[in-house]
Amino acid sequence: MNSHAMSANNTSGLPQVSDRLAYNAMRHWKERLIEALLLAAAAVSVLTTLGIVYVLVSESVSFFAHVGIVDFLTDTQWTPLFDDAHFGIMVLISGTLVSSGVALLVAIPMGTIIAIYLSEFADSRVREAAKPILELLGGIPTIVFGYFALLVVTPILQVILPSLPGFSLLSAGLVMGIMIVPYIASLSEDAMRAVPMSMREGAYAMGSTKLYTAIHVVVPAAISGLAASYILGISRAVGETMILAVAAGMQPNLTWNPMEPAATITSYIVQVALGDLPHGSIGYQTIFAAGLTLLLITLLFNILGQWLRAKYREAY
Amino acid sequence: MQIHDTPQLKAEARNLNFYYGEAKALKNINMPIYDKKVTALIGPSGCGKSTYLRSFNRMHDLYPGNRYEGEIRFFPDNTNLLSPDVDPIEVRMRIGMVFQKPNPFPKTIYENVAYGLRVRGETNKRALDDKVEQALRGGAIWDEVKDRLHELATNLSGGQQQRLCIARALATDPELLLFDEPTSALDPIATGAIEELVHELKKRVTILIVTHNMQQAARVSDYTAYMYLGEMIEFGKTDQIFIKPSDKRTEDYITGRMG
Repeated sequence: MNSHAMSANNTSGLPQVSDRLAYNAMRHWKERLIEALLLAAAAVSVLTTLGIVYVLVSESVSFFAHVGIVDFLTDTQWTPLFDDAHFGIMVLISGTLVSSGVALLVAIPMGTIIAIYLSEFADSRVREAAKPILELLGGIPTIVFGYFALLVVTPILQVILPSLPGFSLLSAGLVMGIMIVPYIASLSEDAMRAVPMSMREGAYAMGSTKLYTAIHVVVPAAISGLAASYILGISRAVGETMILAVAAGMQPNLTWNPMEPAATITSYIVQVALGDLPHGSIGYQTIFAAGLTLLLITLLFNILGQWLRAKYREAY
Repeated sequence: MQIHDTPQLKAEARNLNFYYGEAKALKNINMPIYDKKVTALIGPSGCGKSTYLRSFNRMHDLYPGNRYEGEIRFFPDNTNLLSPDVDPIEVRMRIGMVFQKPNPFPKTIYENVAYGLRVRGETNKRALDDKVEQALRGGAIWDEVKDRLHELATNLSGGQQQRLCIARALATDPELLLFDEPTSALDPIATGAIEELVHELKKRVTILIVTHNMQQAARVSDYTAYMYLGEMIEFGKTDQIFIKPSDKRTEDYITGRMG
């Protein structure tokens, strides 16, 4: 009753309650539109991932209709395009693991040491100069690294190891390691710099040296960030293609010896995808089976990384 | 009051100046620190009391552009703590520090306390166990943590963390213990526990404590120094400073007219 009287007598030009509500509704409508747009943008990446998984899985299903999963995992030969076809994925997995192992043996210690130096020892001018240069190294196309491995690193290694063939997992792995160093160094340095100064002061006040503080206080405090950077490094190594395609040779070879040439999952995929295989043939389907294997390996490491982060997450 | 009850000197600042780059933060400080006594540093924010405290264990050496002038003599050996010839690590081996915010390391309770011992090269498990227990008892936290020495120290409450940090500092038997507003991040009950502990500790160690809380200074200290704008305005026995300050500025601060 009262409100009726008020709106009837509203001559002041101020917005009425009903106007305000209309405005709110309008705003609400716009907000929803924006929300929908944001959701759509987010959905693109999720749907793309789902699409990839769908294609990999559906093609792999038809592949596994022809090849038993036990054969796939235990056969010691990978000759999908031969008349006597064998589909032993371990052949490719061994190449992937050996080259990644070599790469990580280079990248993890080197990246961590660089991060410790930049975060704890370098003065700010050195750090400001070194970090962009380091990150530039991460911007070099991998094909360049591939030929660097083939044409520079392999000949140098052959001087030391005369029995080293022209293509080898060792040479490709070493260069892949150098490629990964900047990622690990940069992320690890960020993690270590995020450790609060009060923690370092506590360590210094106990009489520790810089090195002791870095190793016994800063590194443990930043361990979840370091683990995340290592996992990223592993994913990069497992997924790396061009360096291996160029410098590791592409013949499937079940070996744990880095001094041999071998194909990896990725270099096999690039090799076969470049040929003209008929769509739907078994050879074509191997691409997807190999791709799915690669996805599962990467997924495994990501889950491991998540678990490590959750386990060692540091609340300052 | 007798004149001859003046205790022994543990340290003495002589004409101490300190610069953050160009800015002069401490101006010609002269002040004694008496052995096995608690000396409180009071004064408004920015008066230089923390800066002064952190000169004793050379914390300023960690940052570029800082400069000391003058001396802090440390007894009985009469070392000048600020001398460029004196290794700050040696200084910190003898002088412990407890910070404003508890800063336990991301390690177990045991490893936190053992830290300083390990820095000093102690590896004997038996000796470590003994000293860790002693230090935790000294920090009045042994009963609360004795059953979970191998849990992460960061899971303790704020007050427990601070007592752990005191135990960590005590483990290496420091000659002087520096407290930089050790209770400012704690609730009244935890604060009371720390104050009681300070009272207990002065039997074995000399204590220099910065505090914002004048009641705290009055409760825990034997001597009090009032600082203002980088200068030492007044130093004396705590009751004297609080009951009958000789400087007008000290009186204004203590009675709450300023600060």
